[in-house]
Amino acid sequence: MATTLDKVEVVTVGVGWTGGIIAAELAKKGVKVVGLERGKERTTEDFQHIHDEYRYAIRYELMQDLSRETITFRNHRDDRALPMRQLGSFLLGEGLGGAGIHWNGQTWRFLPYDLEIKSMTEKKYGANKLGSDYNIQDWGITYDELEPYFYKFEQTAGISGEENEFSAPRNNPYPNPPMKETPITKRFKDAAKTLKLSPFHMPSGNMSQTYKNPDGQTIAQCQYCGFCERFGCEYGAKSSPIVTVIPTAKQTGNFELRTHANVTEVIYDGNKATGVKYIDLQTGEEFIQPADIVVLTSYVMNNSRLLLNSGIGRPYDPESRTGVIGRNYCYQILPGATAFFEDEKFNTYMGAGSLGATVDNYNGDNFDHSNVNFIHGGSISTTQTGQRPINNNTVPNDIPNWGQQFKSESIKYYHRNLSIGAQGASLPHRNNYLSLDPDYKDIFGDPLLRLTYDFTEQDRNLHSYLTEKCVEIGKEMGADRVEPREISDHYSIVPYQTTHNTGGVIMGGDPETSAVNNYLQMWDVDNLFVVGASAFAHNGGYNPTGTVGALAYRAADGISKYIENKGQLVKANQSSEHV
Amino acid sequence: MAERSTMSRRRFIKNTSYAAGGAIGGGFIGTLIGRNLLDDQQEAKKGSKTESLPDFNHALMHFTNQKEFQLLSAATERIFPEDDNGPGAIKLGVPFFIDHQLAGSYGHNDREYMRGPFYPGSDFQGYQTRLKRHEVFDVGIKAIQNESKKEFDADFVELEGKQQDQILQKFQDGDVKLKGVTATTFFELLRSATLEGAYSDPLYGGNGNMKGWMMKEFPGNYMSYLNEIGKEEFIKKEPRALRAHIQS
Repeated sequence: MATTLDKVEVVTVGVGWTGGIIAAELAKKGVKVVGLERGKERTTEDFQHIHDEYRYAIRYELMQDLSRETITFRNHRDDRALPMRQLGSFLLGEGLGGAGIHWNGQTWRFLPYDLEIKSMTEKKYGANKLGSDYNIQDWGITYDELEPYFYKFEQTAGISGEENEFSAPRNNPYPNPPMKETPITKRFKDAAKTLKLSPFHMPSGNMSQTYKNPDGQTIAQCQYCGFCERFGCEYGAKSSPIVTVIPTAKQTGNFELRTHANVTEVIYDGNKATGVKYIDLQTGEEFIQPADIVVLTSYVMNNSRLLLNSGIGRPYDPESRTGVIGRNYCYQILPGATAFFEDEKFNTYMGAGSLGATVDNYNGDNFDHSNVNFIHGGSISTTQTGQRPINNNTVPNDIPNWGQQFKSESIKYYHRNLSIGAQGASLPHRNNYLSLDPDYKDIFGDPLLRLTYDFTEQDRNLHSYLTEKCVEIGKEMGADRVEPREISDHYSIVPYQTTHNTGGVIMGGDPETSAVNNYLQMWDVDNLFVVGASAFAHNGGYNPTGTVGALAYRAADGISKYIENKGQLVKANQSSEHV
Repeated sequence: MAERSTMSRRRFIKNTSYAAGGAIGGGFIGTLIGRNLLDDQQEAKKGSKTESLPDFNHALMHFTNQKEFQLLSAATERIFPEDDNGPGAIKLGVPFFIDHQLAGSYGHNDREYMRGPFYPGSDFQGYQTRLKRHEVFDVGIKAIQNESKKEFDADFVELEGKQQDQILQKFQDGDVKLKGVTATTFFELLRSATLEGAYSDPLYGGNGNMKGWMMKEFPGNYMSYLNEIGKEEFIKKEPRALRAHIQS
């Protein structure tokens, strides 16, 4: 029997970037917030032995324990989905701070084009550019409306960056100057300039200098130690929820954090969310936490799964293309090239998660798509994140992957290869979606989330176009050999690709095709907010966290408005067929 | 960003004609293991004023049969052989690293979803065997021995290096039938565990005396490269292990 606790004003499910932002903003205004986090508490002091590639980068110590819960996966809806038994393609976070602990810190603003992609594409290229199988749609908000929230997140996180002529327009400079120039970033920039592109330093959540944010939290200067993604920062020099928003929330006295609290259900009376049910993983006790407002702030996958398992919202059906929960799941496309140098060695073992240089000339609608068979594009970068020896054994394609030749070539090229990579946008396709698995369960007996996903024609066309551009840059950088990256026959759950999953509980102006409004408030349940990249109606050509942060600040504003006035904050699109 | 260490299935099928040079004769493995232990002790003696301790962690936690451990050792040495660059898997302690890992959470898939039902799955759905990794190694090592007997009428450890490579290649290509797991899954585990043992922090028992890192000119863990990251020339540093972070 579950124990029912005293009612609180706001409960969040998950305490990472989004849960931390919601907690900090509301608690500062005097609202009582309880944050439920299923993992353990973590501080910078827990990362003193973090420089351990095997423990953290290979065995994934900071990531989700899949023995409790995973997802199932299939390429197509006619296939049988099977469990993702081991982490691979993407790395799910767990514990206080979530994936915001082990991110690289590359922090972007999505483009104005992203937020109005359907309208802008149709206006310029007509209605049939992509064909009818793609669910591209506007996000129900314009860039100008979101701009102040982008800046707010950048200020909190202390983003270090420099102006970029193709960037979304900025009303303020970055809070910190860009990170250091290195021979690798300079090499990329020089090549890009020769090719008449516009390179710039990547915007970074690794601090270029010691920084105090507007909430009074100090983030230390990055040491370029080369252990960033998959690792926590032992110096507190990578912006993360545990050095920014979570301490801010705690200092108000209005925030209560409960760790090891695994939420299994949002309690729903058919009209309102009345609270959540959770299990204390250390004692096995079950609790009901009643709340005036419930905010789902867990990862993309879990936001969708909790709604589906709680029977909230209409599940998406790929056959009829109706329903909204699970709709528009997107991943990312990773075109690229490897540049091999015979006579030069680079200090690739040094680095920082967002030390890099980028060109945006081929992102969004920054170039003309009239004569190409895809829309959107991606940012192209070289990064110097710190190449560690287990995970980096790059050899040319004609060398086998074990044996004497492999050994000597992988040693030779360890400091002699550079990667030029694109983050390509991913557009929603009717057959790519999230739903509940009919067979597989988690340790509590609840259905796992099922991912149905494969690359589309749009993806392949975009991949080959951007790969060609990466090869051009690699050649211009003076490499002796440049090898293009291939896209596999089907998407595979096995090799690591990117943790940039998006969609499932998407925002928009029309309740027929979106689950939440532009405050991330559910159309169907007005005291339930669902925050995170789950709200993205498609995935853009950048890392998502900057946009996630902006949307979280927007949602915090929405929750404040809701506390004052209740009810729906946004009027649904009038053109909607929804009644 | 995508990892670059693993080959696509298509690519390694393309490489089936590959055979590495060099050979390790039968009976040599035992000698190597013995010598490795000796080397470690001598180096430890040189490096410290106090009397050195024998390497007590070079003992078996998972394997119960020394012949099987020797087969594992020989196979890892073919994957990461001794050459002009420096020591191979055996001298680096990789077989002990793997043995110890198989006895722990890695070998028992503690943090992975191991509930049924089990179905074979497509090439894109990943690990779908009901066997845990320590069982996969047991099954795989027995199969290597069987295959060796079948092909060459000899124990695997007695084969010439090129013959051992031929056998291993059949496993990588999935051309051997194993009970409960594909040969390719086993081979890829063996291959990745070998590299992990060669290059992980020496605290795990591999990367003996940090020689894996030295070959690769990876300096292990340093607190800061703040004042070096902008420099043009390649900077070579003495490697440092996590041991240096323990305050005593």
